[in-house]
Amino acid sequence: MDILQLLVSGLANGCVYGLIALGFVLIYKATEAVNFAQGDLMMLGAFVTLGLSNAEYVGLPFWLAAPLAIAIMAGVGYLLDLLILRHIFGQNQTAVVILTIALGFVLRFVAGAIWGHEPQTLQSPLAMGDIRLGGVVLGMADVAVIVVTVLLTICLYQFFQRTKLGLAMQAASQNQMAAYYMGIPVKRVQGLIWGLSGAVAAVAGILFASKGAIDPNAGLLGIKAFAAAVIGGFGSLPGALVGGLIVGVIEPFASRYLAAGYSQIAPYALLLFVLVFRPHGLFSQVRVKKV
Amino acid sequence: MRIHFKTSYDHDIRLFPDWWSFSIYAALVIVAVILPWLLGDFFLGEVTNVLIWAIAGLGLMLLTGQTGQASLGHAAFLAVGCYSCIILMEHGWPFLLAFPAAGIITGLFGTLFAIPAVRLHGIYLAIATIALSVLADDIIVLLDPWTDGVSGKFAPVIDIFGLEIERWSTPARFYWLVLAVTILCTLAYRNLLRAPLGRAFAAVRDSEVSATAMGVHIALTKAAAFGLSCAITGLAGALMGFFAGAFNNETFSITISINLLMMIVIGGLGSIHGAFFGAIVIAFLPQVLSMVTDTLGGGIAIPGLEMGVFGAILILFILFEPMGIYGRWLKIRTWLELFPFARKDMFRRQKSYLKTERLR
Repeated sequence: MDILQLLVSGLANGCVYGLIALGFVLIYKATEAVNFAQGDLMMLGAFVTLGLSNAEYVGLPFWLAAPLAIAIMAGVGYLLDLLILRHIFGQNQTAVVILTIALGFVLRFVAGAIWGHEPQTLQSPLAMGDIRLGGVVLGMADVAVIVVTVLLTICLYQFFQRTKLGLAMQAASQNQMAAYYMGIPVKRVQGLIWGLSGAVAAVAGILFASKGAIDPNAGLLGIKAFAAAVIGGFGSLPGALVGGLIVGVIEPFASRYLAAGYSQIAPYALLLFVLVFRPHGLFSQVRVKKV
Repeated sequence: MRIHFKTSYDHDIRLFPDWWSFSIYAALVIVAVILPWLLGDFFLGEVTNVLIWAIAGLGLMLLTGQTGQASLGHAAFLAVGCYSCIILMEHGWPFLLAFPAAGIITGLFGTLFAIPAVRLHGIYLAIATIALSVLADDIIVLLDPWTDGVSGKFAPVIDIFGLEIERWSTPARFYWLVLAVTILCTLAYRNLLRAPLGRAFAAVRDSEVSATAMGVHIALTKAAAFGLSCAITGLAGALMGFFAGAFNNETFSITISINLLMMIVIGGLGSIHGAFFGAIVIAFLPQVLSMVTDTLGGGIAIPGLEMGVFGAILILFILFEPMGIYGRWLKIRTWLELFPFARKDMFRRQKSYLKTERLR
């Protein structure tokens, strides 16, 4: 029963990592770049929801505030691309890495300036109540996180496999110039994917804030989500979810069964281990091209 | 306008292209040597800080600017250099032996890390080095018997043949020590660039396929870059330890790694000057900001302002001046040298399109 309880709470945490990792993968799949500010976007999404729904700020009902926050974050994502990332369109990945790290600094500063640096809690209807299944206690928030993450992953996977826009996004990432020749508006597609990943970040933020307090440094969780995305292989959506679940499940087990100092290094050690032996993740999409 | 008339291949790789540039750098060194008599102790400490950051920047520049391998984990190597130097000195090694040994040990660690890292590209390398930086913090705590973990260590007084050097009691001597290391590292870096290995670094950065075609062994070259870069970084780490006086597992956090990378980007990737310009920005930005908030805001401390402004500056640089401060200086100098003949599009960037890295 003990093991089952650890497993369930690990899965719920893992889903949050998986959601952030989904944001990484979305942008990677469509633009071949990694958004190092994804964790900070999640933090911003959580704070926007908090600002809209908590009684001491605007005080909207939660079910109105959440979709509104998701829409706002989609707009923020689109604007970030329009105003900043489009300027370095076509340049190599390292430039994008450095740019998005800097963006994360700025987002953290903005959130701190607006909402302060103290941890705050979201007054969320998801945070109330527990469910008991046999001896396992499940928070409502945990159930919500798991359900939403699985649904979102399936929807996004279908979006990339089935729809015209999803295919266009994959084409744009593989070869920008060839995609132009095929009539794909590459820049607009890039803007749309940033909007989409902003929305996913907002969902992750709402769910994360329902599970506990948030502060402007919550975005540093993104580093653990890197572990998730790398373990899953950056190009794969289900891989991101699986990677998130692996990291999430390892954490509680490591802190239960390993000595104190060793438990928090477990996810990063796993990350390095995967990079050493499978440099492109478990669900690798790298193929060697024959010249 | 100076014209370099080259009559032999040696002219291409001379340390200084002409007497004029030699005399400028000589004057710079002379000013740097007599600086303790010109500045007060506070500003001398600040300049020392700039020089230490510049050495660390040179280390990272070799890897990121010269070989094109972005590392977000160099704080881990700063920590290795710092701890190994201090621990050796606590075991009775003299500073003059312990300091180079710290560089060599850190270089060996870097080469060890390079064994898996040479297989990684772009973002995967960046993420692996982030993981390394996060791990370094926990590993220092785990190695408590050697590192004293969370409680940290104190830097001993440096003793070179009876001459005592300490950051607070003899700031001028400490400054000269740092200056000497800076000049040695800069000369080593500059000479490396003239040597075949330095050329191989640049070839790997610009195109791995072409480098292979020219007979450059990619993995060995990258490993050498990691080793040399980490050795220089280790020296900087040891000096940082002496400068701070006391340090523990949190001194060399991931923030330091990120700052270091941001610093060389602002300064100008791929140039020695860039490391120095970036170090000046990163060391003086907090002072300037506190002065600005003092005069404008009446001394209100805004938490996180420093990082926010730093991020904003960085975004502006990447968007409008990707070659950093040094690139801007190069443009201004070219404009002045060519005066009426400079054209607007001389430094225009080539249009480029990205292709996937998943097909190789």
